[in-house]
Amino acid sequence: MAENRTYLKITAMLKFTKKDILEISSLSVEEITLILDTAERMKEISERPVKKVPTLRGKTVVLYFYEPSTRTRTSFDIAAKRLSADSISLSGSTSSMVKGETLIDTARNLEAMKPDVIILRHPSAGAPHMLARAVSASIINAGDGMHAHPTQALLDMLTVRQHKGTLAGLRIAIIGDIAHSRVARSDCEGFTKMGAGVILCAPPTLIPKGIESYGVSVTSDINQAIDGADVIMMLRIQKERQSGFFFPSEREYSRRYGLNLEKLKSARSDVLIMHPGPINRGLEISPDVADGPHSIILDQVTNGVAVRMALLYLVTGGTRNADSD
Amino acid sequence: MRILIRGARVIDPGFLDGRMDVLVQEGRITDIQPPGILPPPAGNDVAIYEASGYILAPGLIDMHVHFREPGQEYKETIASGCRAAAAGGFTAVCTMPNTIPVNDNAQITRFILSQAAKACGVRVYPVGAISKSLDGKSLSEFGEMKGAGAVAVTDDGKPVMNSLMMRRAMEYAGGLDLPVISHCEDMDLAHGGSMNEGAVATRMGLSGIPNAAETIMVLRDIALCELTGARLHIAHVSTRESVRAIREAKKHGIPVTAETAPHYFTLTEDAARNYNTHAKMNPPLRTQHDVDAICEGLADGTLDVIATDHAPHSPVEKDVEFDQAANGIIGLETSLALGLRLVESGVLSLTRLIEKMSTHPAGILGLASGLKIGQPADITLFDPDRTWTVDARRFESISRNTPFDGWTLKGKAVLTMVDGIVLMESL
Repeated sequence: MAENRTYLKITAMLKFTKKDILEISSLSVEEITLILDTAERMKEISERPVKKVPTLRGKTVVLYFYEPSTRTRTSFDIAAKRLSADSISLSGSTSSMVKGETLIDTARNLEAMKPDVIILRHPSAGAPHMLARAVSASIINAGDGMHAHPTQALLDMLTVRQHKGTLAGLRIAIIGDIAHSRVARSDCEGFTKMGAGVILCAPPTLIPKGIESYGVSVTSDINQAIDGADVIMMLRIQKERQSGFFFPSEREYSRRYGLNLEKLKSARSDVLIMHPGPINRGLEISPDVADGPHSIILDQVTNGVAVRMALLYLVTGGTRNADSD
Repeated sequence: MRILIRGARVIDPGFLDGRMDVLVQEGRITDIQPPGILPPPAGNDVAIYEASGYILAPGLIDMHVHFREPGQEYKETIASGCRAAAAGGFTAVCTMPNTIPVNDNAQITRFILSQAAKACGVRVYPVGAISKSLDGKSLSEFGEMKGAGAVAVTDDGKPVMNSLMMRRAMEYAGGLDLPVISHCEDMDLAHGGSMNEGAVATRMGLSGIPNAAETIMVLRDIALCELTGARLHIAHVSTRESVRAIREAKKHGIPVTAETAPHYFTLTEDAARNYNTHAKMNPPLRTQHDVDAICEGLADGTLDVIATDHAPHSPVEKDVEFDQAANGIIGLETSLALGLRLVESGVLSLTRLIEKMSTHPAGILGLASGLKIGQPADITLFDPDRTWTVDARRFESISRNTPFDGWTLKGKAVLTMVDGIVLMESL
C-alpha cells in the first residue's frame, strides 16, 4: 500500500536507552553515531512532497523556551510536526515564569499533563538537569546558559560528516566568543569525542579558564587557527560583551578576529565555513565569506531539523520498539 | 546543683591535658582533680557523668554564624540556631549582622540578645554591621552597639569595597577595642560568578570567581591593618594565596587573625558537579591545592580559628537553578566531626583543634576561655570515636542545606554545658 511508504523504517544495531539529551558528554561514540545515522534517514522525509510520517502520532512534545530563540525553536517544532507529534510551545512571556513560579513547580505542573518530551531552553546552566531529575518525561536540552547546546553540536557533526565523510582526524577551528558560548563547549566535547582535533581561537579575554581540559588547543592568533583547518566555525560575538572589558571595540575585534576573504587566503582550498547563527554580518564574518562557496551555514540549518527528528524518535523509544514492528 | 564529670581526658590548651574529674557547683567549675580524689557529691540535686573515653574541653565557640532572626525566621531563629549549636557542642556563637533589618544599631543588638535570653542557653554574641544597612556608605554606631553587647563589627556577606571607609572603620573600631571582621571579596573581580573559576566551572558553563577576588582584599586589609594598628580578623579564608598573605603579615607582627570553615578544608569545587546547590557558597569551594594550603595554614598557626559560617537557607533558595541559588551551608551540627578529621589525618593535634574551636575565638573576642577554677562552667564533652551518619532531617537547625548529608563521620558532642546547666546530653 502507498501508506506503507510513509512509515519510517529504521533498523539499528544499537538500542537507544537514554531518557534525556542533556549534554554531549553523557553520550557514547556509538550513541552519537546512531543519532547521526538516524538523522541521515530522517533527512529524506523533509524532501518528500508530503513531509510527514505518523511515527510519533499521539506523543506530546512541549517546547519550553525561557530565552528568545527563533531558529532552534522553529527547528524543533518542525521536527516534531514532521513526525506527527503534537507540539505545544511556551515562552518566557507566556509561561508562569513571569508570575514567579519556580522551574521545579512549572516542571511538576507540566508533568501532571503527561507530556512525552520537554524541550528546554533556559538561561541558567544546569536547568535541564534539574528538570530531568524532577519529571519522568524525556528532557532535551535546547541550550542552557553557557553550558551546553547538544543538538547544535550534533547537527554540526552531521553537517561536517556529510561533507568530509568522517570526523576522525579532521582539524576543526572554532573562532569567536568561546567564553560565553554553549555551542563551543558542546562542539569541543563532540568533535574531540569523535576523533577530530579542535583548536579554539579568541582574544585571551574570551577564552575561559581550563577550557584545555576538553583536550583542545587554544590560540589567540587567528592565522594559526585557520592554517590547515578542515572546518572553520565562526561564533557570534555579542555586542553587549563590550561592557565587560572583553575587547576594546567592534572595529578592532572585527579586524583581528573577523573572517574575511583576505584571511581565508591562507586556508585549505577545501575548507568548510560554519556558523551556528544568528550571524552578525560584517562583524565576525564578512558577507562574501558567509555566502561564499565554502559556506555550509544553511546546510547546518537543514540538518538541524533532521537531527532533532532523530532525537525525538530515539528518546521516545524508536529503537526500543523496533523489534515489535 | 552539683555535677561531677568523671574520668574524661580534660584538655585546656596550654594548661591541662590528662584524665581528670571535674566538679561543677552553682554554675562554676569548682575543682579539677586526678580521678578518684573528688568524693561523689552527696545529697539532692546532684548529677554524676561517667565520661571515661571522652574528651572534656572548654566550651566550643563558633564565631561565625548566621541566625536569620530578625527577618527570615523560616530559615533559622535564634532559638533553633542555639539548639543546633548545643547539639553540635557549641556553648557560644557570634551572629553576623546581615539580618532583616540589619544589626546596625543598638536596638537590634538588644533584640537579638533578648531573643537569645529566651533560647536554650547557648551564649549569643552579636556582631554589629560596619555600615548602615550594609550599604558601604556610612558607618554604623559602633559605640552604641558595643554598649548594647556587640563584640565585633563586620559587613559579612558583603565586602567593604571603599578602602577609605574600611580604614576609618578599623581606626574607629580600634578605639573601642572591637575587632573588625572582614569578608574579603573584590566584587568587581568576582563579577557575579557562582563558583570557583577553573575547568570545572568552565565545563559546567558557570561564571567563575578567581582566587584573586579574595586575595586582593586580604592584601588590602592587611595593608590597612598595618596602617591603622587596629585588630583585623579575616573571615572564611578559602585560597592558598590568602593563607600565604596572612602568614607573611603575621611574620611582620601585623595584628591580623583569620578563620576558615570546615568545608574549605574538607571539600573542593568538585562537590558542585551536577549543579549541587548545597556546594554553593561565598567564597566558593576551591581546588585541592587550596584545601592543602588551608590545612597547612591551620597546622602552622596562620589560621587561628575554625568557624562554620553557618548559613541556613530553605528549599525556596536552594531548590533552584545553580546560578540563582543562595550562597551558604549550615555547619553547626557537623563542624566538630569535620574538625576531628584533621586530627585523624594528623593535620592538627586534639589540643590545637580545641584552640581553634574554643580558646582562640575567645581570645580574639575578649571572652573568658579555658577551664579555670571559679570560672563559669562552659564545657563541651565529646566522644572522639563515636561513628554516626549525618541525617539532615534530624538536625536541630530549621534548615537542611548541607553537602554532608549522608556522610559517615567520627566524633560527636555528647554533653554541652553553659553556666553549669546541661543544654544537651547524649552520653
